[in-house]
Amino acid sequence: MAENSQQSTAVVAEHLRAWNPKAVESVLEFHGEITIVVPREFLRAAAERLRDDANLQFNLLSDMTCVDRFPAEPRFELNYHLTSISRREKVRMRAAVPGDNPVADSVTSVWPGAGWMEREVFDLFGVRFNGHADLRRILLPDDWEGHPLRKDFPVEGQR
Amino acid sequence: MTTVETATGPAKTMVLNMGPQHPSTHGVLRILLELDGETIVKAIPDLGYLHTGIEKTCEAKTYSQAITLTDRIDYLAPLSNNLGYCLAVEKLLGLEVPKRAQYIRVLLAEMTRIASHLVWLGTHAIDLGAMSVFLYCFREREEILKIFEMVAGQRMMTSYFRIGGLALDPPAGWLRAVDRFVRMMPGRVDDYETLLTENRIWMARTQGVGRINLEDAIALSMTGPALRAAGLAYDNRKLFPYSSYEEFDFQVPVRTESDCYARYMIRVAEMRESLKIIRQAMDKIPAEGPIRTEAPGIVPPGREKMKTEMEALIYHFKIFTEGFSPAPGEAYVTIESPRGELGVFVASDGTPKPLRVHFRTPSFVNLQSLPKMVEGQMIADVIACIGTIDIVLGEVDR
Repeated sequence: MAENSQQSTAVVAEHLRAWNPKAVESVLEFHGEITIVVPREFLRAAAERLRDDANLQFNLLSDMTCVDRFPAEPRFELNYHLTSISRREKVRMRAAVPGDNPVADSVTSVWPGAGWMEREVFDLFGVRFNGHADLRRILLPDDWEGHPLRKDFPVEGQR
Repeated sequence: MTTVETATGPAKTMVLNMGPQHPSTHGVLRILLELDGETIVKAIPDLGYLHTGIEKTCEAKTYSQAITLTDRIDYLAPLSNNLGYCLAVEKLLGLEVPKRAQYIRVLLAEMTRIASHLVWLGTHAIDLGAMSVFLYCFREREEILKIFEMVAGQRMMTSYFRIGGLALDPPAGWLRAVDRFVRMMPGRVDDYETLLTENRIWMARTQGVGRINLEDAIALSMTGPALRAAGLAYDNRKLFPYSSYEEFDFQVPVRTESDCYARYMIRVAEMRESLKIIRQAMDKIPAEGPIRTEAPGIVPPGREKMKTEMEALIYHFKIFTEGFSPAPGEAYVTIESPRGELGVFVASDGTPKPLRVHFRTPSFVNLQSLPKMVEGQMIADVIACIGTIDIVLGEVDR
């Protein structure tokens, strides 16, 4: 099963490349997990393709989250964990977002379930999402200052 | 309908604040309800009253220390969280867990599922006015907690699963206690069904309430019993087996009505399936054998080794003072927690503390579909819908 899914996940990258060679920056593999890195401009288009292509059908957005690589640049890394229910397959889509302009396209039009996940990333990391209908803080109070999951936000003590 | 004249014209709708201190919101959930009479026009959940920054705290702990935090995310299913986190870190490290530990993990994870469903059933029933079910459910849950205490020394915050295996060997005779429970439980599930399944008030309160169609459910990333009640047999234990689930024989209950009643029927059926898995696990667990994998520098050595081998003592000291450093990379693991798909994302930068730990908690994601379920329904149905999503606020807010 593990071997199978690895093979076919490499196929995922090929399908995306066949659609638009510029949409795939690189393909990483680590412990059997395939990560497709897409340029930030292609985020929404690639997401749509991953969901709608009959050979891919990644219809369930399992999770979406961010990693802060401060002080490295581009600082933020958005990770979308996708599941194809019919094909029993998983893949990770990744896009890098720079720290001086932390903006990315929202994928809520592709997977409405991304709504709260993107709000959470906005709340805790300060990454803004273009095209999100309701981008407000979700866990912290509205008047909170700063974004706690950023690496330059201290775990305890004064900010 | 008679209209009320206000300063700004005739009053159309009113906004009702529900929670965060409302008993049937199962914690501190606040919902803003826009009402037209008793009909809900719009529902806006407001979260974060229980946000404790667990993901941030994880970044300041070593990989092993963070296990204790996972108990506190979903405090009704601590062992499921332990399991998800341990599997993610084990994947990051490339560790293989001994079969004996895997089977014990499966047994306890299924016990957790029953305990969690019992709390859900009891509280959901009490919300809808069926008092006695609550008392019965908590009586049986107590038996499960006793077994947890026997095995882990803790009733609730167990932290029993550790990276590479288990914290300690289960005590002699623990399987006898499990056996007693497994014999007693099917009759008790029958009792709950006698009280509810054909109860006319129960049916009236739950049938046709909180409907959501399958396309919307998938689009909103809904998982767990709620998705299975909408007609899709999506279960991580079957689709993406972990911890040797592929060796167990069990069914995934599915229904198509997608209402509160269907979700109730699914969870009751799941309790029976979990009992089946527990019985199989009891037969599979070898009496003897390691409960932790051999991985010097990562998994603590056994007591005996530590007393006789200098190296083991050094490793033990190093594990608990500075921890271990996985190679840089990420791992994402999904398991089927009682509430749905629990995803754990762990990223390492090669230091003893995780770069990022993220919990994709089923309560948080499933709650997102609440507005879709309740809009257009009556205000009393909100209570049924919140109950039926089975949220734990600790997990929603983290």
